[in-house]
Amino acid sequence: MLQDLFSKVKLRTSSYERPRRQGKMEIPKDLMYKCPRCGKVIFMEEFVQSNKVCPYCEYHARLTAQERIHLVVDNFTLLKYDKGMKSQNPIQFEGYPEKLYYLHRKTGLRDAIITGECTIMGQRCCIGVMDTRFMMASMGSVVGEKVTRLFERATEKKLPVVLFTASGGARMQEGILSLMQMAKTAGAVARHSRAGLLYITVLTDPTTGGVTASFASLGDIILAEPKTLIGFAGRRVIEGTIKQRLPEDFQSAEFALQHGFVDRIVPRDQLRRTIGQLLRLHSQTSGKEADQ
Amino acid sequence: MTAWEHLQIVREKNRPTIRDYLPLLFEEFVELHGDRLYGDDGAILGGIGRVGGQPVTVIAQVKGRDLKENQQSNFAMPHPEGYRKAQRLARQAEKFHRPVLCFIDTPGAYCGVGAEERGQGEAIARSMMEFMELKTPVLSIVLGEGGSGGALALGVCDQLAMMEHALYSVISPRGFASILWKDASKEQEAANLMRITAEDLVRFGVAETIIPEPAGGAHMDPEKAAGNIRAYILETLPKYMQIPIAKLLENRYDKFRKVGAFTE
Ligand SMILES: [Zn+2]
Repeated sequence: MLQDLFSKVKLRTSSYERPRRQGKMEIPKDLMYKCPRCGKVIFMEEFVQSNKVCPYCEYHARLTAQERIHLVVDNFTLLKYDKGMKSQNPIQFEGYPEKLYYLHRKTGLRDAIITGECTIMGQRCCIGVMDTRFMMASMGSVVGEKVTRLFERATEKKLPVVLFTASGGARMQEGILSLMQMAKTAGAVARHSRAGLLYITVLTDPTTGGVTASFASLGDIILAEPKTLIGFAGRRVIEGTIKQRLPEDFQSAEFALQHGFVDRIVPRDQLRRTIGQLLRLHSQTSGKEADQ
Repeated sequence: MTAWEHLQIVREKNRPTIRDYLPLLFEEFVELHGDRLYGDDGAILGGIGRVGGQPVTVIAQVKGRDLKENQQSNFAMPHPEGYRKAQRLARQAEKFHRPVLCFIDTPGAYCGVGAEERGQGEAIARSMMEFMELKTPVLSIVLGEGGSGGALALGVCDQLAMMEHALYSVISPRGFASILWKDASKEQEAANLMRITAEDLVRFGVAETIIPEPAGGAHMDPEKAAGNIRAYILETLPKYMQIPIAKLLENRYDKFRKVGAFTE
């Protein structure tokens, strides 16, 4: 009924305000939210209060990196790494520097990932959070370098890594250099792994392309939010190849779980606790704490 | 010569494939099949060969030259089982202290339902991670087309060589034009802009060597092209076999570690 009444209300993504530190979530100006998955319309307030999860279909809408950090990181514990890193324009792609500048002004980010060190439920870890507002969180030199340094620092400090992935794939505007970030990050994950350290991946909407085909798929434990799009190739590319429509749940978190590529699907309101628990189960003092 | 002109040569119908090169490069060769998990992917050929007396593990993407060959090799677009076969043979090579030779020639990893169900992303990611730590020398050679992650999965190596006319890119020029300019017909413009030639890649520090082709391209004289590849292997392999494994892996990591264009 509600969706009938407000079916004409459109979500204008451009109407997001600059981050307002009101509660944990950015509040869009629109009165109503229209779910991109099931098409139903709900009051924005209700949507924001449910941590931006659609109450009808459980679609976990995309969060900004800042919102994600508020949601899972212990207050005031985040120490950010490499805040000022910016991409160059290796293939002189017209308009690329302007686009980067525009997105910086709009989001406050320098590129598509925030990395740093923090505690989650009191457990010390290195953390990375990707943000789809920045060129669909595609991976270019900056994302690749920041992820690599994150793992290198975690290896040096003997810390686990928790990485929230989201990406449209490689950043084509950087040509072959963007492709090489896949190998570079996979190498850094390998060294961290060889040091016996824990890497938890949390796949969020959408995790695709070159990020799926590199560090996102290499976690010791891979979690996903419900209804998240997870895949290598784009749905339309595959539909074009096989000349037929794909089922609705194709490349969903549930699909990935069923095929054995995800350890657990964790709803947003339980993520912090689950990550905290997993970190505790891998910390050397965990047995002692349990005894006390 | 523009990237577009190189591309025309790479697309030449009679351009030699790994099947043409095998008998010309190796004194002997035994093909091995299967990933021990799911199946045998015709897009990736594997086996053990001997070059200059030295046993080597060969992993190669297979282009076909007619429809029948291409159906068998799925137009050189591997499924996850292809990459898992590559991983299995790479681990086998490590066990027997054999160097690995990878031949890259693919438009990209296959985009299909089965590929997604069986974890195409995981298969490529795992390949890169395993090759990065593989305790034996790895040389990769791009024969024709190096298409995206599907190529890079066999491209994590100690030294990357490009055939003179070969190309290596994050996405096909056609895909680049259609996504970034919403106009697939600007393929030629994209090819020339993307910096995907052997020379470009050496300049970016992604490739180390260019293997010369006979005038007009490898199809003009496949035996001569094979001779050049063989000479490159015979000259390069012994150098890498002398490097202590710890140093080899350190250098391999650094080769990829240094790639990127950013400021702070
Ligand atoms: Zn919904």
